[in-house]
Amino acid sequence: MSVKTIAGVEVNVSEEGYLEDMSQWNEEIAKEIAGEIGIELTPKHFEVLNYLREKTAAKEALTIRKVGKSGIVDIKELYKLFPKGPLKFSSKIAGIPKPTSCI
Amino acid sequence: METKEKEVKTAKKEKKPLEKVCIICAKGSLEDVYATLVMANGAVMEGIETNVFFTFFGLEGITKKTMNHLHTATTGNPAMRMPGGLPFPTMLGGLPGVETAVSSMMRKQMEALDMPPVDEFLEMITAGGGTIYACKLAVDMFKLKKEDLSDEVDSIITIGEFYELCDGDRTQIIFT
Repeated sequence: MSVKTIAGVEVNVSEEGYLEDMSQWNEEIAKEIAGEIGIELTPKHFEVLNYLREKTAAKEALTIRKVGKSGIVDIKELYKLFPKGPLKFSSKIAGIPKPTSCI
Repeated sequence: METKEKEVKTAKKEKKPLEKVCIICAKGSLEDVYATLVMANGAVMEGIETNVFFTFFGLEGITKKTMNHLHTATTGNPAMRMPGGLPFPTMLGGLPGVETAVSSMMRKQMEALDMPPVDEFLEMITAGGGTIYACKLAVDMFKLKKEDLSDEVDSIITIGEFYELCDGDRTQIIFT
């Protein structure tokens, strides 16, 4: 664990850059992490991020299948929003732990 | 001397991530097809270019009629257990209906882990940019047509064409 300053806020991050404490997250932090990955966030991105945060807060395991059935995006759109890392990148930007699911 | 050591260290640290996987599925039991699908979907989710090639009995996994009703072998499978953990007697596995019942039970348990049925799994893979192929020789042998196969199947190709798809020095071929 290390401390990193993202968007002017000191946050605790894992070795791979995932936030350790999801309550330290805000939209500015999301934008900066997304920028590092090369994604520009739109309102649709935030809908997905908020969904992921809600499910994580409720301690539900996340899979892309679940996100695809959330009614927010289908799986194809999810890949378009977060290319090459639909769950990995979206989790990182949402300030939640690295996904542990294989699906 | 010191700089040399440093060079060695940095060389070790440099990662060369996988860029492409080509997965071959030649068997048609539930676990063989799912091993292929999980590995293929996992690769797509990691941003790795993914080609999946179904051949021989593996075609069961992409044939519309059979793909959502795959079976697991209840005879000749020493790892098979009864619910509760006792060994599953092979004689029992040979009784009519047992394989069907065990297979549907396994599918239910997989569903509980959010593992989708085969048709949906194939859609997930292609939605992420993965490509599904069927082997021409096997398709001819089983007298199948393109229409018999899942709509997610891109095309029926020869093994030569498959190898052409496997170019690149960060490509791996996986045979499940």
